[in-house]
Amino acid sequence: MRFDLDDDQRAVRDGIDSLCRSAWSPASARRHGAGDDDAAALWRELVAAGWPGIAVAQAYGGQGLGTVELTLVCETMGRALAPGMFFGNAAVAALVEGAGDDDQRQRWLPGFASGEARGALGSLQPDGTGLALDAEGAAALVLVGGGRAMLVAAGDCQLEPAAGVDLTRRLSSVTLTGGTDELRGDLGTALERVEVALSAELVGVAQRALDLALDQARSRQQFGRPIGAYQAVSHRCADMLLDVESARSAVLAAAWTADHSPQALPFAASVAKVSAAQGAWRVTTASLQVHGGIGFTWEHDCHLLLRRAVASGHLLGSPEAHLDRVAAARGLGGAAAVPTAQ
Amino acid sequence: MDLSLTPAELEFRDELREWLAANRPGPEPGDTEAAIDHRLAWQRTLFDAGYSGIAWPREHGGRGATQMEQAIFNEEMVRARAPAPANIIGLVMGGPVVITRGSDEQRARFLAPILSGEEIWCQGFSEPNAGSDLAALTTSAVQAEGGWVVNGQKVWTSFAHRARWCMLLAKTGDDQRHRNLTFFILDMKQPGVEVRPLRQATGDSEFNEIFFDNAFVPDENVVGAVGDGWNVGITTLMFERAGLSAASALAIQLKLDDLAALIRDRGLQDDRSLSRRLAALVIATETMRLNGYRGLTRIIEHGVPGPEGSIAKIQWADINQRVGELAMDVLGGAALLADPVWTRWMLRARANSIEGGTSEIQRNILAERVLNLPRMR
Repeated sequence: MRFDLDDDQRAVRDGIDSLCRSAWSPASARRHGAGDDDAAALWRELVAAGWPGIAVAQAYGGQGLGTVELTLVCETMGRALAPGMFFGNAAVAALVEGAGDDDQRQRWLPGFASGEARGALGSLQPDGTGLALDAEGAAALVLVGGGRAMLVAAGDCQLEPAAGVDLTRRLSSVTLTGGTDELRGDLGTALERVEVALSAELVGVAQRALDLALDQARSRQQFGRPIGAYQAVSHRCADMLLDVESARSAVLAAAWTADHSPQALPFAASVAKVSAAQGAWRVTTASLQVHGGIGFTWEHDCHLLLRRAVASGHLLGSPEAHLDRVAAARGLGGAAAVPTAQ
Repeated sequence: MDLSLTPAELEFRDELREWLAANRPGPEPGDTEAAIDHRLAWQRTLFDAGYSGIAWPREHGGRGATQMEQAIFNEEMVRARAPAPANIIGLVMGGPVVITRGSDEQRARFLAPILSGEEIWCQGFSEPNAGSDLAALTTSAVQAEGGWVVNGQKVWTSFAHRARWCMLLAKTGDDQRHRNLTFFILDMKQPGVEVRPLRQATGDSEFNEIFFDNAFVPDENVVGAVGDGWNVGITTLMFERAGLSAASALAIQLKLDDLAALIRDRGLQDDRSLSRRLAALVIATETMRLNGYRGLTRIIEHGVPGPEGSIAKIQWADINQRVGELAMDVLGGAALLADPVWTRWMLRARANSIEGGTSEIQRNILAERVLNLPRMR
């Protein structure tokens, strides 16, 4: 057993990290959320370098790398507060590849893999409408909810901008105007892989919040010393580290499990989602507190991270639904346990 | 990255499982002294089968296996619900310190009886006025003909009344903090050493106080250099924290299975609040296991344990305490009655955030040595 990245995996992480650092910043994230098209340039760079197809099978034009590599990209993107194009496209590709039929794969995967016909992810609301992330300009959407996944071509739906909590991703409400196509394969496993990728983004968000808190704890002086010298602050930072590292361990293990030990994926995915969603909430809120007044201003990035943590934490299966699933495996929680990935 | 066991690791595990199925000892006696005898016999059985000192080098009498195999061994012992060997302190701390910091003579003298369990070791670090602030200890060692004369008091020493050797940290000079301590191996069987049991909040007496009244340590039992005891002691504590967390996590998962059974037995399986608390503990414990294996990979690749072991120590204490609290809530009105399993667990867990370095000290270590935050002192 060796629980650490190998050299190729480090190269993947370093490659996407340098692209994000040069092409994206929290300022870009704000402009993207406000409607400017900074993200189009980022997407073009990602496409030019071949990133959209990283985890898509080679038969469909992807690189065929594993879920571990996919989560490394997602974590880095989360840390950069990158928009939802990469995640949405990778998620939809994983759903079509894992739960679609051969026709659906042939039709859509090559475009998702090259990035030329982008996919976007959304949730299916009980009233039959959808809420989608960064869906403008996408060729197709997959809406997930109620244990089903509906594949919708861009021409068969209408998008209206919706006011989202997360200011770094554009939210659209989706009205279906034409036909939909259901993904009827093993949706559970495919969704678990997507939840692991989403959890990886949350690890990146939490890591960024911790990094900012550490800068503040070292530089901000009160009562004549850096606030990080006070245990009320430093112990809070230690707890943030515990949350970040625990969620990172859980996500890496779940990603490896998805590729090598799929029968163990349901539990591993629940551990990853609960650790990442709850951990990112604790860490982003603690970071705002460590920052004090400046952390509560509109201009500071603390609220962007916190908003992302809330929004992504409640996308797909909620932490509570995953807790119920883990309990149900032990004969607890009653018969009507909430299904995950609503 | 590869989370599966290698063929060699699988072979080691399967062989061990088979051996454990055939050789696992019966239930441990309730009486403390009888339990130590039981564990001594168990250590002898392990030793005879070549399962003592799994990751110790062969030249020092160990099995010469990898750290990963040591962790697999620890997990399998827990899975088989086998007790820890009696000389756990010697195996986990004493031996590794003698191997890494001791002299050839010390290795020749001390290692073999640690492995066989013939000589039990205890740890004399904490004092009544030096707990978290270990460098403030006052037990002194003064140079005399051929060795050192020790006076003072130590507390919270497990197995002291049965131990032959004590890993003793004592003050050997008036120089600045951290440079005036020396690490000794002190013979417990001498007139200047008195051991008194210490009764704890649980009512048990797992620990002892040791009083030194002109006790003697010969020069050849100094480990490392005189004045370098702080560094030798820190190495000891890091060995204590390393490599055990995966097995500790498995032990908690087994306890959580018992707690889930208690919830069902009491007809509370539909209580969503209790079941979610249990699930949250199952998940936290799994992250502790995974953190443990990630840390172990780091130890294997970088040689020595690092400060990250503090993460597992904090998690372990926190989870154990929450398990005890949940058990009380599951028992409900019946929690008024002393339960031999769950009341004891609830009480014993309160020491988990104190023993082996308090959770607050662990957070200081993470803040200062991992996060590089400014020191509070």
